[in-house]
Amino acid sequence: MLHEPAVEMGQDHSIQKKTRLGIILFLIYLFIYSGFVFIGTLFPKLLGEEFSGGLNLAFVYGMGLIVLAALMGLAYNYFCTRFENEMNKEVKS
Amino acid sequence: MIYDVSSTAIFIFIFFVLAVLGLSFYFARKTKSASGYYAAGGQINWAVNGIAFAGDYLSAASFLGICGMIAFYGYDGFLYSIGYLAGWVVALFLVAEPLKRLGKYTFCDALDSKFNSRGIKLTAAISTLVVSIFYLIPQMVGAGAIVTPLLGFPHWVGVVLVGSIVIFIVATAGMTSTTYVQFIKGGLLIIFSFILVFLVLNKGLDTTPDENYHQFISLNASVTDGKITAVDDNSYKVISQVNDKDLSFVQLEKEGIRSWWKLNSKKERPFLEEALSVTVKKDGTKLYNGEPKESRKFYQVGHIKSIKENGKEVEKTGAVGPFEFINKIEQSEIVRFTKKAFTADGDKVTIFYQNVTAGKDLLKPGLYYKLDKGATFWSILDFISLMLALFLGTSALPHILIRYYTVPSQRAARKSTIVAIAAIGFFYILTLYMGMGAMINGGLDIESSNMSAPLLAKTFGITLFSIISAIAFATILGTVSGLIVAASGAVAHDLMDKYMKIKMTEKSKVGYGRLAAVAVGIIAIVLGIIFQSQNVNFLVGLAFAIAASANLPAIIMLLFWKKTTARGIAAAIVVGMLSSLIIILFSPTLYEIYGYLPEEAPIPLQNPGIISIPLGFLTLVMVSLFTQKKPEPAAEKLHLEEVVS
Repeated sequence: MLHEPAVEMGQDHSIQKKTRLGIILFLIYLFIYSGFVFIGTLFPKLLGEEFSGGLNLAFVYGMGLIVLAALMGLAYNYFCTRFENEMNKEVKS
Repeated sequence: MIYDVSSTAIFIFIFFVLAVLGLSFYFARKTKSASGYYAAGGQINWAVNGIAFAGDYLSAASFLGICGMIAFYGYDGFLYSIGYLAGWVVALFLVAEPLKRLGKYTFCDALDSKFNSRGIKLTAAISTLVVSIFYLIPQMVGAGAIVTPLLGFPHWVGVVLVGSIVIFIVATAGMTSTTYVQFIKGGLLIIFSFILVFLVLNKGLDTTPDENYHQFISLNASVTDGKITAVDDNSYKVISQVNDKDLSFVQLEKEGIRSWWKLNSKKERPFLEEALSVTVKKDGTKLYNGEPKESRKFYQVGHIKSIKENGKEVEKTGAVGPFEFINKIEQSEIVRFTKKAFTADGDKVTIFYQNVTAGKDLLKPGLYYKLDKGATFWSILDFISLMLALFLGTSALPHILIRYYTVPSQRAARKSTIVAIAAIGFFYILTLYMGMGAMINGGLDIESSNMSAPLLAKTFGITLFSIISAIAFATILGTVSGLIVAASGAVAHDLMDKYMKIKMTEKSKVGYGRLAAVAVGIIAIVLGIIFQSQNVNFLVGLAFAIAASANLPAIIMLLFWKKTTARGIAAAIVVGMLSSLIIILFSPTLYEIYGYLPEEAPIPLQNPGIISIPLGFLTLVMVSLFTQKKPEPAAEKLHLEEVVS
């Protein structure tokens, strides 16, 4: 009666490692994202200050958060794929 | 605003709609099973699913709403881009793979995978329905907004049109056709948005957006004790003056036509600045800048007042790079149009006056969410609440979560999320340029912020406008399809099949799903007409807050806290959903919709997340702790033996 997955999936022995990595990366991003909200709340003038090359902190931080998400996603996928290949191969052999 | 209907626009629009319908017919013949209807058989390629994610997620709110909000308020609209994208980090790192492991067709499947609880089935299905309907409202509003300029139909026709097409798509082929509609639309949206931004940068900054742009004029005036006595130009006659706090507006008459102007009397030499106005006369007649609609005197606006380059004032810059564009905007002064409504001689007047704003103020938060000048405790709390809801809302949206069931493996779920983040992130970077582009290039319909992106395209020609509008329409089709699949799954699969235990064959499961799709579609049409005037992005923000409050505590705690119980999950969904709904219903925006003054709202908070999300988590923890199962005696004995040994 339980709601089983839509497709059959093989055993994955790397779940624990992937979960730990996911939590660490999430916490890093959360910290940086909270920094943006913190500055916006307590030091809003700072966001209007020039950061570099005539661009203000709001622009650089905001764009940085978007680009960082994509880069961290790629890194996460790289390590997860490595964990899956290594650990699932070990168990098979 | 007043729009011209173009045959190119109609042709491209019909082509898009027919292509979408053709796709649905094609896949309808292949959809026979429940797995095919709800989860596309779980066999979609990860790259296709990734772009389909983008197509699903980049809704009317992202394209029409964010661009419009940036065009009207600058960086505050971009906050949504940042928050919407950041939400995918939660989805990727915490939710994507576990959810793929646990679920079958719906988000409820995953939540209920460990418990088989009727309480979870019921509450998760209701929450899916509520979130999907709240998310559907802005899509429908966006549909109406886009059809008006494209085809010349009134708003409600647009809503009915989208509703009918989507009901057809979903009721015929379910998730498979929805996936491919979303894939095509997601790809086209990103490509054409990039083209639009390229054109904006290539044009650069110019104090005259184009040769047809309306030239706003000023008139010198004589003022005594704050009251206008004469205008320098004798062809104008002063009719009346209305003072509202620090603002003063004057009605002038020339050749029998009356127009409204803003009086600037604080300067050394007082002068009148031309404004735009909509007047509803006592007899119901509507006048645009003092003339009937047919006279076409209500303009597309938005321009730069002054541009500085190396300290010198220039009229235009020529082509600029993406960073240079932002840098130049920061040094410029831009004319925004601010709305003011009042009654004069029994006529209802809505005036849009020129408001010169420094570029540096447009490129930091503060014009919509007051954080610096004019900030209050509640405005700051609203900002935090919004950023929290956007961050936590994405991974709690049922129509996004069901997309994890359309791919064959956890690895595919992860990879498709990364493709989605890259595609969506790139699009969100473009929103800042599209919004600012509309603001400075005469891309604003001051009556509807939702039209800024298509109107920006219009400044580059009717063909681009037609394509962008048709894509915007397809954008809505794609997202609405996903939402209706999620809602119909909640009704037919979670409620009827799993909760009420109605005996159904594979075929009848699909049949009930289709019926549910029709019912949800009709509700969405009605609500889309009621909420016509709201910014679609703001409405989606509310849907995110409800999703984050009702669903996220349940998902996160199920995955990461072993003591979570079925009752804890059900209670958290109910408390999170109700608390967010109550705050929204008593918020200033909803009070304005009810016809009251926003200041009279009992809860001065616009975004409920800061209260309702922690409340959802707290409820889950408390109820779970109170409803822990006592360990079986045998298990207790075993545990003791383990400890002793």
